[in-house]
Amino acid sequence: MRKVWDIHGGVHPPENKQQSMQQALASLPLAPELVLPLNQHIGKPAIAIVAEGDTVLKGQLIAKADGPISANIHAPTSGTVSGIEDRTLPHPSGGSGPCIVISSDGKDTWAELDACENYQTLDHNTLLEKIRSAGIAGMGGAGFPAAIKLNPRGNLKIDTLILNGTECEPYITADDTLMQTRAQEVVAGAQILAQLLGNPKSILIGIEDNKPEAIRSISKALSEVENNPIEVVSFPTKYPSGGEKQLIQILTGREVPAGKLPADVGVVCQNVGSTVAAYRAVRFGEPLISRITTVVGEALEIQRNIEVPIGTPIGYILEQHGFTAANVSRLIMGGPMMGFALNTADVPVIKTTNCILAPSRAEMPAPPPAQACIRCGMCAEACPASLLPQQLFWYSMAEDLDKLEAHNIADCIECGACSYVCPSNIPLVQFYRASKGAMKQHAIDKEKSDRSRARFEFRQQRIEKAEVEKEAKRAARKVAAEAAKAKLAAKQASEGDSPKTDDTADVVAAAIAKAKTQDISPEVQLAKLERALSSASSRLDRTLARAEEAEGEKKDAILARVKDAELKVSDAKNKLAEFQARENG
Amino acid sequence: MIELIIQYPVLAALLAMVGLSLVFGAVLGFAAVKFKVEGDPIVEQIDSLLPQTQCGQCGHPGCKPYAEGIANGEAINKCPPGGQTTINAIADLLDVEAPTLDEEHGEEKDLPTVAYIREDECIGCTKCIQACPMDAILGAAKQMHTVIIDECTGCDLCVEPCPVDCIDMLPLESTLGEWKWSLPPRSETLALNIIASDRKAHSEASA
Amino acid sequence: MTDVAVILVSAILVNNFVLVQFLGLCPFMGVSNKLETAIGMSGATTFVLTLASICSYLVHSWILEPLGLEYLRTIAFILVIAVVVQFAKMFIEKTSPLLYRVLGVFLPLITTNCAVLGVALQNTTKAHNFFESALYGFGAALGFSLVLILFSAMRERLAVADVPAPFKGAAIGMITAGLMSLAFMGFSGLV
Repeated sequence: MRKVWDIHGGVHPPENKQQSMQQALASLPLAPELVLPLNQHIGKPAIAIVAEGDTVLKGQLIAKADGPISANIHAPTSGTVSGIEDRTLPHPSGGSGPCIVISSDGKDTWAELDACENYQTLDHNTLLEKIRSAGIAGMGGAGFPAAIKLNPRGNLKIDTLILNGTECEPYITADDTLMQTRAQEVVAGAQILAQLLGNPKSILIGIEDNKPEAIRSISKALSEVENNPIEVVSFPTKYPSGGEKQLIQILTGREVPAGKLPADVGVVCQNVGSTVAAYRAVRFGEPLISRITTVVGEALEIQRNIEVPIGTPIGYILEQHGFTAANVSRLIMGGPMMGFALNTADVPVIKTTNCILAPSRAEMPAPPPAQACIRCGMCAEACPASLLPQQLFWYSMAEDLDKLEAHNIADCIECGACSYVCPSNIPLVQFYRASKGAMKQHAIDKEKSDRSRARFEFRQQRIEKAEVEKEAKRAARKVAAEAAKAKLAAKQASEGDSPKTDDTADVVAAAIAKAKTQDISPEVQLAKLERALSSASSRLDRTLARAEEAEGEKKDAILARVKDAELKVSDAKNKLAEFQARENG
Repeated sequence: MIELIIQYPVLAALLAMVGLSLVFGAVLGFAAVKFKVEGDPIVEQIDSLLPQTQCGQCGHPGCKPYAEGIANGEAINKCPPGGQTTINAIADLLDVEAPTLDEEHGEEKDLPTVAYIREDECIGCTKCIQACPMDAILGAAKQMHTVIIDECTGCDLCVEPCPVDCIDMLPLESTLGEWKWSLPPRSETLALNIIASDRKAHSEASA
Repeated sequence: MTDVAVILVSAILVNNFVLVQFLGLCPFMGVSNKLETAIGMSGATTFVLTLASICSYLVHSWILEPLGLEYLRTIAFILVIAVVVQFAKMFIEKTSPLLYRVLGVFLPLITTNCAVLGVALQNTTKAHNFFESALYGFGAALGFSLVLILFSAMRERLAVADVPAPFKGAAIGMITAGLMSLAFMGFSGLV
């Protein structure tokens, strides 16, 4: 038995995993319309490379990754692109964003794929490129592009590869199903990842002990491989052991320091679903276009795991499982601890949708009202990141961003263990999420204000410099003028009494005469006057509109401007009338 | 000598005190020269908390002059673009109470606004460019003027000078990337909703 | 060695200047709003107390005693303390303008901090020698700092806590100080 460590805190919510394991893994008939949001991963949204009306094949690239921290998106089935438009996204804000909408033609024709039988012979870069181009993102729920995690910085030596089969959250059994039905692919995927990381010393597959069948299945698959260095490690069930940093601590005893990555302690951790996707990408050239999702909850007639194409609308899935909207407490994407409620079922399954939870009112009643904090400290006992949730709570309420940072709020994984144990039912994680957002906004504002200050100071300097130069030029001109005058006086003195011609006066008179006789065509003049009138009257209109909206002192100021504008309008009208009279008369 | 001084206690006392004072005076004089402080670095620290919109709503021609004003004892609640968060931060720095925003100088806007020049009407006069404290308007004489949104702080100083009145202050659209969770209600307000009689009393009080 | 331990424990805990002898309450309540300012104030007071304690001893034993002017103790010590505080003020203004600004009026008020004069006078009544005076001053400062820092940490938490309206601010601070004082009385009889 390999040694396992324990993490601080953690809770044991009721598992509720048996409801979705009664039936075998199933597939649904293809949905008529599939919606692919351009952003299903951490990082920048992908850029669509298809247009409305294009025919696409299953597995065809339809959106390219934008930069290194982004992921490709592929068509989950064959059909036509019916549009690239804003649709409601499966995001806690309920907002919408650009999506590629594909209407399926029902034929499910594959595009040409780049299969590779001897992937063991492929070199590092080719292997990585296959995984990257398949658009694989962390399927355990985080959505971090896998290709980046699998390519740690050059100086970091990876000695442990961990496959995360923990699935600690209640209700969710997607990874359990995957490990039971596709154990060989998990093992093969582990081998590919190991190859990519330069064959680390230990390759561990971490599975909680509440999944004995999955453990058996994987162990059996491992025993069929010769000389395999991979080890299945089972450890006591606790939420949230499946968090990356928590799992690393359990399996290796190493703690990832605050602000650092697992690669910094020599570990790379990948979800089993992402591992299988990587295997399929390398071996068969298949991009990430479908995933196993748990559909569970008492408001459904059928509860099971399904292999579902990415982009399938959740409403369609619910329909196929006998969903009764009247019974449901709330529709949750994800699990009961870390999922979020959906306002509408009109959102698609994305790469990170590990569960669709539709509990009945009896199963998941509305949360009781929050009461005052009694300072019991149970939250600190439960925190897996060894933080002080109570202090974070008080400082969140006081909006004291400095103190929050000092208490390491950035290390909070938002697992919800503290909210779960709180006897006052305070939604602690909501406070931390809001505070993190406020801190991010504050940092953005600070950066902007620093930039603005720099610009303003530069502008002051520029103006000063211009002033100084102007002064210098003026002084120089004055000196030159004096010199010229002196020279002229000297010249006049030497020439004696010559008639003093007022040169400047002549020049000015000549200019005035020229201006008077200048031929401006009447059309141009008319156009000029009409333009002046129209701008003056539109200015008057706008000022009037503003005057109506304003009140009090501001209104008086604006009314003064209205009078001003009215004068200008009448002025312009008079000029135009005069001109027209002159022309016509 | 000491015996002499002891014989005349008053003299002794006087000598002792005067002697001490002289010595200490010398020490302090030396210290005053050695530890001389130029300027007032607190101004920099206050300025770093102000939002740098240079809008003039506080009555000063920019944020640095207002920071200097605050260092000289002015009220800290005159900055509408900074809002209550800035007031709290300055109060924290100076260890004083945080008052609410003085409405005389303007209201805190909920949504940030930026200037937008309607290009069809722009006549290229550069009056707005000269007015912008941030140099956030791109353009030249008789060339099209346009506002660089990333640098615009929404101070409104460009709206007045425009002779054809073609500048609008539009709210900045917030994208999904900027969406953030909002703070749940404070537990005191929540606690009032649990006991029915409290709930009623509270709603009557606030009604 | 035991002497040193006894003097220190006595000055810091058993006869703590703030919570047991009730001296120096002004900066205790006034500068304890934030932890950073409390730490700054502790540093300033430690500096002043130790130096003032030493200087007072020297003035007392070299000038006042030989000339039989013990009755001028109080005024001479105040003079010494005022000078030391002024020196400290200039030093702090130079090295940490923010601390200087934040301590504000409380920095010169260390002059009137009865704990400082208290230490100086107690040194004469207890007939400490030079080393003992210095140690007693330092110990008193440590005790003051300890209590000030503890109290300010608590006040910071109280500031964001759900305190009922009538108790907010200084009121709950006073009650807390009283409870701390009760706790420190548990040290009596230790030495």
